[in-house]
Amino acid sequence: MAQATQDKATNSATTAFQALQCKECGAEYEPKAIHVCELCFGPLEVKYDYDFLRRTVTRETIQAGPHSIWRYRPFLPVTSENPIDVGTGMTPLLQANRLARRLGLKKLYIKNDAVNMPTLSFKDRVVSVALTRARELGFTTVSCASTGNLANSTAAIAAHAGLDCCVFIPSDLEAGKVLGTLIYNPTLMAVHGNYDQVNRLCSEVANTHGWGFVNINLRPYYSEGSKTLGYEVIEQLGWQLPDHIVAPLASGSLFTKIYKGFQEFVKVGLVDEKPVRFSGAQAEGCSPIAQAFSEGRDFISPVKPNTIAKSLAIGNPADGVYAIDIAQKTNGNIESVTDAEIIDAMKLLAETEGIFTETAGGTTIATLKKLVEAGKINPDETTVVYITGNGLKTQEAVQGYIGEPLTIEPKLESFERALERSRTLDRLEWQQVLV
Amino acid sequence: MVKVLIPTPLQKLTNDQAVVDCNGSNISELLESLESSCPGIKARLCDDQGKLRRFVNFYVNSEDIRFLENENTKLNDGDEVSIIPAIAGG
Repeated sequence: MAQATQDKATNSATTAFQALQCKECGAEYEPKAIHVCELCFGPLEVKYDYDFLRRTVTRETIQAGPHSIWRYRPFLPVTSENPIDVGTGMTPLLQANRLARRLGLKKLYIKNDAVNMPTLSFKDRVVSVALTRARELGFTTVSCASTGNLANSTAAIAAHAGLDCCVFIPSDLEAGKVLGTLIYNPTLMAVHGNYDQVNRLCSEVANTHGWGFVNINLRPYYSEGSKTLGYEVIEQLGWQLPDHIVAPLASGSLFTKIYKGFQEFVKVGLVDEKPVRFSGAQAEGCSPIAQAFSEGRDFISPVKPNTIAKSLAIGNPADGVYAIDIAQKTNGNIESVTDAEIIDAMKLLAETEGIFTETAGGTTIATLKKLVEAGKINPDETTVVYITGNGLKTQEAVQGYIGEPLTIEPKLESFERALERSRTLDRLEWQQVLV
Repeated sequence: MVKVLIPTPLQKLTNDQAVVDCNGSNISELLESLESSCPGIKARLCDDQGKLRRFVNFYVNSEDIRFLENENTKLNDGDEVSIIPAIAGG
């Protein structure tokens, strides 16, 4: 196995991460490429020295750092002085006034990871951390099981870092996500099966090949990258917590790590504590977490996904139970929405805020709308919605729902005729709405 | 005979074997058979009440047993059983 024998995690003076710890039974492990507790199979989490962080990190030291996720390096599980920095993170936090007005909210913000670098989804955060750690652990080949965005990100950042890369995806992914992986020239395995089947296969491969699988044996490090979505929102709100966040749920990992990010900044004194409500979004065609939440269950019954929101199509979500726990204890909600609502919401976000998100973002906006309409978001709450991916990657989803261009001759007369016609069509559409 | 794929975290209990042959007409019996050949393994997979832990996934011929009959899922000669820890999303 291509793994370094010596690990410097506990020796470095500038790093606060110490060990891996089982989230279920508390057993501790050395920070190697392992992700599961040998005793109880619980997931392993990175453990930090928060006293050290409290003493050494201030708002000023963070602000003096790079304009990327690596400004929060002391809170991330790496030892490198030069982590893989491809400009990931510090995406815009946009005050979404037009969308807010449309929905009847007063203070709505969009955290826009549709423009994250380099591959236009939040996955660049987790992959930057995972591949930095993979390099520290001595891996030369990295891999992942992916619904698309992770494939793009792993292939791109591996290319930049000069690591060999083998990516596994379900064979029915959107064309943009396949092309957006192949361009980086990894080995790409398109598996006949859904994501859960791809994941199972990759677990079996990980057992035998000694590769660094970002979401399997590197998962404890990988998942920590999502905490930066919490840190950035705090910093961009002027070092304050929001009142309510809405985020998409696939495996549930992102949701739990935003929560962890908020908690950590409170713990080390970077932000004042206040309650934050956590609400999660799923597509009805794959809503095992929403179903368990609505039935008050503390376990997940897996489902077979059938939704256009392919990046959220995880039928057996590993962190689902933790997501439910957070939604419950923060007085939040978990809702699911139909594919039709997802498409409408993608259009709504684009038309009101100029953000073209993928189906996962449509799911999140549709859920936001549903929660507002049900009175589950107070209009006065400072609400942050996480948009995690880019619409150019899932063009199939909206094709046929967004009209066609007006094709004209290069003549003024042709233009005037087409313009008049489009205005008439607009009026007719409005009349239909009014009827 | 049923072929059982053992995940890395459990291979200390199987003498580093990634595949173990077992008997049993269903998953419950398979667990007993596995325990007799690899003592201690059942306690890793099951809680105090003997139920499969919630982060353990069992597959029979690639299908999650929760879509079949859970611990009562029948096993036939030549079946392949895979034990997989829960995995993060992608």
